[in-house]
Amino acid sequence: MSAQVAVDKLKAQFGETVLTVSEFRGETTVVVKKDEIVAICAFLKKELGYNFLTDLCAIDYLGQAPRFMIVYQLYNIGIHQRLRIKAAVDESDARIDTVSCVWATANWLERECYDLMGIVFNNHPDPRRILLAADWVGHPLRKDYPVQGPDREPYQGRLQ
Amino acid sequence: MANFETMTINMGPQHPSTHGVLQLVLELDGEIVVKATPHVGFLHRGVEKLSEHRTYHQVLPLTDRLDYLAPMHNNLGYVLAVEKLLGLTDAIPERAQVVRVMLAELTRIKSHLVWLACHALDIGAMTVFIYCFREREHIMNFYEKISGARMTSNYFRVGGLSADLPDGIEQEIRQFIDDMPGHIATYEGLLTGNKIWQKRIQGVGVISAEDAIDLGVTGPSLRGSGVDWDLRRDQPYSGYENYDFEVAVSDGCDTWARYHARLKEMRESCKIIRQALDKLKPGPILADAPKICLPPKKDVVNSIEGLIHHFKIVTEGFKPEPGEVYVGVENPKGEVGFYIVSDGSPRPYRMKIRSASFVNLQALPKMCEGSLIADVVAVIGTLDIVLGEIDR
Repeated sequence: MSAQVAVDKLKAQFGETVLTVSEFRGETTVVVKKDEIVAICAFLKKELGYNFLTDLCAIDYLGQAPRFMIVYQLYNIGIHQRLRIKAAVDESDARIDTVSCVWATANWLERECYDLMGIVFNNHPDPRRILLAADWVGHPLRKDYPVQGPDREPYQGRLQ
Repeated sequence: MANFETMTINMGPQHPSTHGVLQLVLELDGEIVVKATPHVGFLHRGVEKLSEHRTYHQVLPLTDRLDYLAPMHNNLGYVLAVEKLLGLTDAIPERAQVVRVMLAELTRIKSHLVWLACHALDIGAMTVFIYCFREREHIMNFYEKISGARMTSNYFRVGGLSADLPDGIEQEIRQFIDDMPGHIATYEGLLTGNKIWQKRIQGVGVISAEDAIDLGVTGPSLRGSGVDWDLRRDQPYSGYENYDFEVAVSDGCDTWARYHARLKEMRESCKIIRQALDKLKPGPILADAPKICLPPKKDVVNSIEGLIHHFKIVTEGFKPEPGEVYVGVENPKGEVGFYIVSDGSPRPYRMKIRSASFVNLQALPKMCEGSLIADVVAVIGTLDIVLGEIDR
């Protein structure tokens, strides 16, 4: 079963919810609507064998709408195949349902995503920060968060 | 009001068995762990954020500092991801591929030696520690001769290698891997039949294959639960499909099984290195892509093209076309993955590092809840975590 077969089954099951399918360097990416992300992930895991959530992260497209893209890297241990699922999240409503009920590993990955990118995961069992201190203000991986830190002038080089 | 039923204690971040700065908050009922809560992030340096502000060549030294016990594997994962992004994967010369595999496997032995040394030391077997570090020193010396650094090698480059192997190193490595199986037998002689060692790790830190997959555990920690999955064989990169080796799988689901899986992996690594040495032929070490690969120093000082390419690459970097790739490699700890999003600029728009130790650590509460507090030490050892990689 190639990734195309999985994509076709996904389209047949969820129809309009599957927005675009693209391929780059042999990797398949499927963009879906965020509303049914849990149902889609559960379907991918149970019916299509993508039993391993390799990674979960968010990308900040500052200046575009919707601003954030949540990325799920899936792996099928049976046939050794990867699939990437993406769901767009708007800045005004930067939240998406948790998939930690589908793969337990999503728990920490979503905590990291919240910590560094500020995406809220609905119904998350443990919605705390993970890498930064509990009282940290801001989400450093956002593009509008300066690399040198919030309270410092940018480094101008030694000659300035 | 204080709870007198259970007692909560901090284990770490300054605790010798936590292999760095891991803090575990343990809720204890006598000697039994009721709940274990890991706290990580003490070493967070923002590698992903920093990488968005550096050119692709400049990101490479940051990757050394993730899993600092296996720096070559992080380099390898990163350069493979960038090469895939550039569409350069098939252009890597044979010699560079073979050297990469050889050094990756030497690194695996090196990392597993630290695992065995510290794991045994935590449990009280001091001698093994000294022996493992004796052998590790040889690999450190190889590192120093090859890359100039003992820890942060930064040796691989996008497109190949930074320099060719020094003269005579092949014989030294061959001598080392001829000796290594005997050393592994020594460790086994010290540990496997040792009653204390057996009592401390048999049936400890049990995790079923289903739970391990659900929690995202990878690498030898997963193969110790009987899951036959190794990226080197199942999604081969850097020419691993041309090597003959077995995937070390062990069925016990406990610390004992993972101990055997890792020992076998070290032996298999020796086999791969031997095959790599046999395959090693003289040839170019960099892809023929002058707009991407930094030219050799002699070209920079002797030819105007070399000088211009060097100047352009150093000042501007190269610009991959917009797109996104994910490449996972089999690190000694598990799957380390680099997900790079390019927007066509000379810097990664977003780079997410899938860290094996971070995800594996998530399984720790499952593996030690309900067992003795002394077993927590064994479980930390058997997960083989590196905090530099967890905190990034």
